[in-house]
Amino acid sequence: MEAAVEPGNLAGVRHIILVLSGKGGVGKSTISTELALALRHAGKKVGILDVDLCGPSIPRMLRAQGRAVHQCDSGWVPVFVDQEQSISLMSVGFLLESPDEAVVWRGPKKNALIKQFVADVAWGQLDYLVVDTPPGTSDEHMAAVEALRPYSPLGALVVTTPQAVSVGDVRRELTFCRKTGLQVVGVVENMSGFVCPHCAALCLWTLSSRGAWRKVKTSSGTSLRVLPSPHSSP
Amino acid sequence: MEEVPQGCPGTGSAQAGRGASCQGCPNQRLCASGAGAAPDPAIEEIKEKMKTVKHKILVLSGKGGVGKSTFSAHLAHGLAEDENTQVALLDIDICGPSIPKIMGLEGEQVHQSGSGWSPVFVEDNLGVMSVGFLLSSPDDAVIWRGPKKNGMIKQFLRDVDWGEVDYLIVDTPPGTSDEHLSAVQYLSAAHIDGAVIITTPQEVSLQDVRKEINFCHKVKLPIIGVVENMSVFICPKCKKETQIFPPTTGGAEVMCQDLKIPLLGKVPLDPHIGKSCDKGQSFLMDAPDSPATFAYRSIIQRIQEFCGHHPPKEEHFLSS
Repeated sequence: MEAAVEPGNLAGVRHIILVLSGKGGVGKSTISTELALALRHAGKKVGILDVDLCGPSIPRMLRAQGRAVHQCDSGWVPVFVDQEQSISLMSVGFLLESPDEAVVWRGPKKNALIKQFVADVAWGQLDYLVVDTPPGTSDEHMAAVEALRPYSPLGALVVTTPQAVSVGDVRRELTFCRKTGLQVVGVVENMSGFVCPHCAALCLWTLSSRGAWRKVKTSSGTSLRVLPSPHSSP
Repeated sequence: MEEVPQGCPGTGSAQAGRGASCQGCPNQRLCASGAGAAPDPAIEEIKEKMKTVKHKILVLSGKGGVGKSTFSAHLAHGLAEDENTQVALLDIDICGPSIPKIMGLEGEQVHQSGSGWSPVFVEDNLGVMSVGFLLSSPDDAVIWRGPKKNGMIKQFLRDVDWGEVDYLIVDTPPGTSDEHLSAVQYLSAAHIDGAVIITTPQEVSLQDVRKEINFCHKVKLPIIGVVENMSVFICPKCKKETQIFPPTTGGAEVMCQDLKIPLLGKVPLDPHIGKSCDKGQSFLMDAPDSPATFAYRSIIQRIQEFCGHHPPKEEHFLSS
């Protein structure tokens, strides 16, 4: 579906944060959701743009599955997930006929939809737009960065877990941020360890107690936060 | 296409590249080769190459981080424990190649020989190929769009000299996109035994895995079965089980019943698995008595049985 480009649809958005990770399954969508909820709790208006076209997780995390997307003069109306309309969401999940429908698209088609999501969604006035991404450094990431560049994104939050395989992918993601001129706000180490509910033993996932990523230098040198494993996940 | 001459017969014509008006056209060679009209010749080349490969298994998941690479690596290790079985492990996760790390091959480079690229061997009977071996530094990001990734996958399938192989395991990135379409497309003329689909118990994973199953149906890829990874967490201290990822919608078991797909097994989350992967060692060797090892071995056996019951199709040549 082609719509006229609306130059003003991001004009009312004050800050844009991309949530990235080279690695899948580290908790990008979970953290994007928790970040949005925390910002709302702090009185902010937040939008979430879910550009994971093959695996859109955010609608389920915010109990917004099956909602319809409507049109207005400025383009698509994002889905409000709460009555106060303080969190709005756009995801390919809302455009599928069934939740099991697979989006089997090659790069160019994915790029086109992401450009539409950036230009054609009427976000209105937002304090923060959180952009959840799929794992990797490919079409979706390049399309999102290119489309958002005119709006000076605040930066990238990079998520990892302590295992060396995650850290390896995250180092590549940090290279991507450097090459595309994206400022890294910081790195979040998710699922740092697990406390057994039966015996209270702390279990760590890696050989080194604090994760190999400690040796990774972020481009901004900002601090990181460490999140222990949840007892349960969405 | 650059400018075409007057009287161009058309790129799809039988005279393409061969007509008088084609002389001097910059596209003459391309047209004369038939490239404009024919399907990708690589498909036939890959079919030829794959004649020495008995069984081909794709490891898929719609969801990231469920343990595809971990499973692919341990499937390879498990099969290769029989020194008479030749195993090949191909990592087509171009942006996030985890296999070199998990197989203890970080820093290895690929060598060219007369018969193509040589895989990197972990054991005499276990060879590995990954884009990770082509990067000059572990921090190098592969920031490629779809077409370039497709080209790399084509090269991996066409130009790697695997030799005589019993099992080729193809590890994939999460999703249903270029890499998956290309792998299925380029292997379309060679016989793929099927796909093993990895998931974790929670609905956030299952919803992506159902899409992957739909993808398999769309491209007519047989499904060997589903593996539920990280089923329960076993505390290394007290040995009690906890569900870190609760199967609120019934986990893989209910999904497989609904979709009538075999559940190959459930693998518990043993923290030693991640540690073995970080060290680049086989968890099956590191922790032979772990319940996770028993689960892996049972699943590997079921995959071997599937491949044994579904032998590669023989080509029947009809004389005209």
